[in-house]
Amino acid sequence: MSHIWSMIAQRLALGLLTLFIVSVLIFLATELLPGDFAEEILGQSATPETVAAIRRELGLDQPMVTRYFQWLGGAVQGDFGNSLANRRPVAELIGTRLGNTLFLALYAAAIAVPLSLALGILVALFRNSAFDRIANASALTAISFPEFFVAYILILWFAGAGGYFPSLSTLRGDPDLLEKLYRAFLPALTLTLVVTAHMMRMTRAAIINLLASPYIEMARLKGMNPMRVIVKHALPNALAPIINVIAINLAYLITGVVVVEVVFVYPGLGQLMVDSVASRDMPVVQAVALIFAAAYVLLNLLADVLSTLSNPRLIHRR
Amino acid sequence: MRNSSLISGGVNRRGVLKGASALGGAALLGPMGAKMARAQPMRGGTLRMGISHGSTTDSLDPGTWENDFTNLLAYTRNNYLTEVAADGTLVPELAESWEASADAVTWTFTIRSGVQYHQGGTVTAEDVIASINHHRGEDSTSAAKPIVDPIVDMRADGMNVIVTLSEGNADFPFVLSDYHLAILPSVDGAIDITSWDACGPYMLEELEWGVGARLTRHDGYWKTDRAHFDAVELIAILDAAARQNALISGEVDFIDSVDLNTVHLLQRAPGMNVLAVTGTQHYGLPMDSRAAPFSDNHVRLALKYAIDREQIVETILNGYGSVGNDHPIGPSNRYYNTELEQKAYDPDRARFHLQQAGLDSLDVDIHLAEAAFAGAVDTGVLFAESAASAGINLNVVREPNDGYWSNVWMQLPFVATYWSGRPTEDWMFSTAYADGAPWNESYWSNERFNELLVAARPELNEDLRREMYFEMQQLVSDQGSTIIPMFASFVMAHSDALARPDVIGANWRDDGLRIAERWWFA
Repeated sequence: MSHIWSMIAQRLALGLLTLFIVSVLIFLATELLPGDFAEEILGQSATPETVAAIRRELGLDQPMVTRYFQWLGGAVQGDFGNSLANRRPVAELIGTRLGNTLFLALYAAAIAVPLSLALGILVALFRNSAFDRIANASALTAISFPEFFVAYILILWFAGAGGYFPSLSTLRGDPDLLEKLYRAFLPALTLTLVVTAHMMRMTRAAIINLLASPYIEMARLKGMNPMRVIVKHALPNALAPIINVIAINLAYLITGVVVVEVVFVYPGLGQLMVDSVASRDMPVVQAVALIFAAAYVLLNLLADVLSTLSNPRLIHRR
Repeated sequence: MRNSSLISGGVNRRGVLKGASALGGAALLGPMGAKMARAQPMRGGTLRMGISHGSTTDSLDPGTWENDFTNLLAYTRNNYLTEVAADGTLVPELAESWEASADAVTWTFTIRSGVQYHQGGTVTAEDVIASINHHRGEDSTSAAKPIVDPIVDMRADGMNVIVTLSEGNADFPFVLSDYHLAILPSVDGAIDITSWDACGPYMLEELEWGVGARLTRHDGYWKTDRAHFDAVELIAILDAAARQNALISGEVDFIDSVDLNTVHLLQRAPGMNVLAVTGTQHYGLPMDSRAAPFSDNHVRLALKYAIDREQIVETILNGYGSVGNDHPIGPSNRYYNTELEQKAYDPDRARFHLQQAGLDSLDVDIHLAEAAFAGAVDTGVLFAESAASAGINLNVVREPNDGYWSNVWMQLPFVATYWSGRPTEDWMFSTAYADGAPWNESYWSNERFNELLVAARPELNEDLRREMYFEMQQLVSDQGSTIIPMFASFVMAHSDALARPDVIGANWRDDGLRIAERWWFA
């Protein structure tokens, strides 16, 4: 087991390095965008004097390198600074939105992961049947439509006049869990439709790949029923690729859902990122980008650890 | 000409009367107008509004207010010295009365006494000075700095505030109704831009930038016949389809902007009222008058005659607007020139002006982005089509929305712009047409125009002013360097549950942004 711990430690160290590189890249990319915070926030109303006054006040007239290291100095001590736009601490600005984003991602994952695993196993079992084709075709159809289109269709069917679910998912006040689940149902369902195909088809492919192996042949020759063959014998050996594809989709659910947020008016990190990039609000852009990068690093690490654990040959390595 | 065509074309197949009334300034309204207006205002209810703007980067600093969310919040939460009434006239708000010296340089405002802040305390003359000073001075980061720049001195005398301007301005009290110039409590001559305190009709209870705000009625509000709702909610819904859906499914009572492509569908839904108001909002295509070929007025005129305004209003605005005449003054303004000939699409005349400029044909690029106004790129494409038959090859260059105002507008020679307009002629002209004004987007400089502008500003004689503003509109229209093809209506929608006054404001969206104060539940 000890080599797993050392792998985790090593990967976390590499992850920190990745985050540092990401922060440099994001900073440079924000600098490369035309216009700075002062110009963007004033928009059509900008005059040279007010632009200069804002730059003076926020220290934007400092050289680029100085500003980066000022930010980095704070960041390594856990202080991500204040938003340039409304001077609120970045941590406070991100806090509730991060919670909302994670809630929606977990909600969608809680529906999508079991659903796609179950469907994947079933279509592997009944491969090449009508059921297999229908399931595949529907999943591919859902993933092929743009997210906003899927969202509008769901609103049309399930919200609208006298609908079952609200079309606005805005969480106001302090809703209890049931209310939150109810309000966020349509966005979660939209995301489920978008990510299911990938995971389902990977599960199917990974299982079918193994079905030609001698040990599966053996199990079948012993007269085991097909379901048992797949779940008990094929699935454990197919877990590694499935876990990896689930990790990638979970990361996507955290980082890539801005369109769904906009359509359902759900206050998550995506919209915050878009607004902050549009106004060149560097401290917020950096913090959100680091959260997104960390999500990828950690989920990939988790996937690798789980893949290792699922494979006795890797745990009991000599 | 324009007014009569608007009125005769008023009730069209969509059953909505569009356009402003010829006199007065305010506009008129959906088919239900007359019936609903008779009801007496009733107290109570929570007004929920879906707002088309709202960003996580907004703030409570009045100097940064710039979108429909911050501005609507501003008038819902604050009071100002003066108010532009629904009919376009100026009425007192926190300033009970005012008077000017004969040269309109020195203004004395008497501040209403006993006006309460939400968190206690009353409005003082010192608060007024601090609130306006927030936008003035060397270190001001306020977008409103240019409009308060003419103030050279302010002092308090009891409840009077005496303002001295650098030059006379007969319209100065109008300036004080601007959304940036909210009156806020002050300590030691400075306002606190993080405080939630204010003195307007509703007080902030919840606020999450980019998401929404909830306000409750301010019980001590001094206007006893206004602010009928118990609470008001502003919900930022940026997506047009989501906004429309929220209204139809009853999650909001009012939406501030309707997608013009689907407005006919909304009209068909039961219990929905679409409201179109034409005021001073206009879309334009400024040309850099210093740069060839636009430095030649004949080239500018050729382009003005090569654009098919009627087609653009019908296509881009889906009919919700009126044609513009290349000057920024709308029918709702006091001194709107009714005698000016309306420019129309005339390829022969365009060709004639090209010849006058010594050209057989013209090749120009126009740089457009939707950031300027919705439909800007399509406007360019239509323009290119109609201009082709006049021998003008207009090349439409699509620019990114991001950074449009800092990298394209006023940087490249032929672009698109929008203005919500201003309540007075002087304000509009001084902002975007005066020589050397920071937002003179066409870099236009006309000696006669600038003389008239300065002469009309302090003039207290109405007839003389009218004459001067008429001539200035003529000058901008015939010699100016901005094509203004259309005045765009504010198109809003609300459910049957809401009732509103007969006349609603045309100076901004949302009944002059004062919907929370003026409307009620039927």
